[in-house]
Amino acid sequence: MANNEKKQSESSSKLLNWIDERFPYTETMRYHITEYYASKNFNFWYVFGVLAMVILVIQLFTGIFLTMNYKPSATDAFSSVEYIMRDVEWGWLIRYMHSTGASFFFIVVYLHMFRAMLYGSYKKPRELIWIIGMLIFIVLMAEAFAGYLLPWGQMSYWGAQVIISIFGAIPFIGEALVEIIRGDYSISDITLNRFFALHVIALPLALVALIFVHIVALHEVGSNNPDGIDIKKYKNEEGIPIDGVAFHPYHTSKDLVAIIIFLMIFSMVVFFAPEMGGYFLEYSNFEKANPMATPEHIVPVWYFTPFYALLRAVPDKLGGAILMGLAVILPLFLPWLDRAKVKSIRYRGWIYKTALSLFAISFIALGVLGVLPAEGIYILLARIFGALYFGFFILMPYYTKIDKTKPVPDRVT
Amino acid sequence: MNSYKTIFPLVLIVILFTINTFAATGKSLQNANNDPQDIKSLQSGARNFMNYCSGCHSAEYVRYNVIASDLGLSDAQLQENLMFNAQQPFETINASMPSMDAAGWFGQAPPDLSLMARAKSTDYIYSFLKSFYIDQSSPTGVDNLILAGTSMPNVLWELQGHQVIIGEQGSEHLELSSPGKMSEKEFDIFLRDTVNFLEYISEPIRNARRALGIKVLMFLAFFLILAYLLKKEIWKDVK
Repeated sequence: MANNEKKQSESSSKLLNWIDERFPYTETMRYHITEYYASKNFNFWYVFGVLAMVILVIQLFTGIFLTMNYKPSATDAFSSVEYIMRDVEWGWLIRYMHSTGASFFFIVVYLHMFRAMLYGSYKKPRELIWIIGMLIFIVLMAEAFAGYLLPWGQMSYWGAQVIISIFGAIPFIGEALVEIIRGDYSISDITLNRFFALHVIALPLALVALIFVHIVALHEVGSNNPDGIDIKKYKNEEGIPIDGVAFHPYHTSKDLVAIIIFLMIFSMVVFFAPEMGGYFLEYSNFEKANPMATPEHIVPVWYFTPFYALLRAVPDKLGGAILMGLAVILPLFLPWLDRAKVKSIRYRGWIYKTALSLFAISFIALGVLGVLPAEGIYILLARIFGALYFGFFILMPYYTKIDKTKPVPDRVT
Repeated sequence: MNSYKTIFPLVLIVILFTINTFAATGKSLQNANNDPQDIKSLQSGARNFMNYCSGCHSAEYVRYNVIASDLGLSDAQLQENLMFNAQQPFETINASMPSMDAAGWFGQAPPDLSLMARAKSTDYIYSFLKSFYIDQSSPTGVDNLILAGTSMPNVLWELQGHQVIIGEQGSEHLELSSPGKMSEKEFDIFLRDTVNFLEYISEPIRNARRALGIKVLMFLAFFLILAYLLKKEIWKDVK
């Protein structure tokens, strides 16, 4: 028996050696998994990175199976989705997982970004991780937007109509740009086909590549922690950070708990509320796209509404478009806007705490306002919260400099 | 610090649900109170649908045999009571009236009803079907309180009777001027069963999905206990 086991481990190490001579398997596993040390005091906010990975996998797998049955044509797209929902074995589950996954992707990514703002994860030496992350966010928005046209429902069609027309506000090249995006003079079968190509090949490829680079950059400098301090300052005799624990098995076992809790929440939506009150699947999208009938209220999906509210807050189309673009781009500059000496909110003064709270409130408020019709008091509110949103970034170099910070401890708490 | 951890996600959830109520606009609808798990009601609804709706409206994504197996009907029952306009049980529900003709007669073809309940809600359809009133100026002889100027005639007048509109603009309401074959209560049940069936055909896997969901959640809850114990065991030596 013991002899047998020995033989087995000998032959498996032989195989490993054979591989390692040709591919850095053991080295990679150690560097990224078993000997990647991250702080032991990660809290609730640190699960959203791994959850985003879980959702990416869900979206890729369900997406492959949807593609097998979906038909990207203006005449067949809508009925092929119903075919998936009714006639394809487990098609309804695949479709609901994909549609729910899209919304959860944004929930998780927004919380992941907010975590970075809470604990200063974008600050030196992690500026590149943040920038790559912002690129991921922008590609994700494009991916979601392209995907939303595919069911070819009323809201798919008219939502795309509104958002694509925003590009028309750009001086000189606007009209030509809109024609290039649509491939036609209006949204048509041609638009649907190119959005399909972007959604299933081009953008996912870019997304996966960027996520890979995001993680390589993270593992180069190491993960931040809720105290915002460098755990590599104190190492034991073996050169292991005292406050760090290996990604596997420590963080993986912790993440597994988070993943299961996430899957439970995800399942509650998939199985009991796949429409989520009309926010994850909009009611008017159960009507086939009709270029002759404009719906009463055209509202983009909830994850775009904060930016949509800013677009509508400005009476001028070009001005609104610029404001919306700025709102998306501005966070990219956070590493240089933030002049504070400390990273974590735990050791920042009251000014930053207030500013960040106002930012979070205004982001959510803009999201709500983006759903409501742009009239009366709602426009005024959108302008106020828009000012707060931009104020957070533009005034940041000033208020982070004068904010009184607390002393940062040597070791994680 | 702790306040950040808990308050933020909570606020998000609360707000998402409150916009739901804010965003709901339009005329006040009556509650259909239908229950898609009530098979008896769905069976009556199927009969109502085939007798009163499918003459003009199709349900092009719905197959007869799926209805039969979901509502516990035998092939014989299906052929006899529901399949007026099809040869094979696997066919989808087509309207008896050609849609080209319909467009000519009514100004527009009657919409397909496969997904109507998901697009408009059962409350909307229920209220709509209850809100026809006599209007001699309209080509169909009726208008509708919920959808003014509708091109649909009141096909259920024989059951409901005729209604007239009473009161000033803004506070108008409907009153029965001549009774139909059904009492008001019977008619409400008739409509409830019908919209219940419409909700069922808009998502035939609805009941199956909920049943599976409970199993999935139970499995995950069990898995969560194991994962938690594993995590505790592994983290035991971390100080």
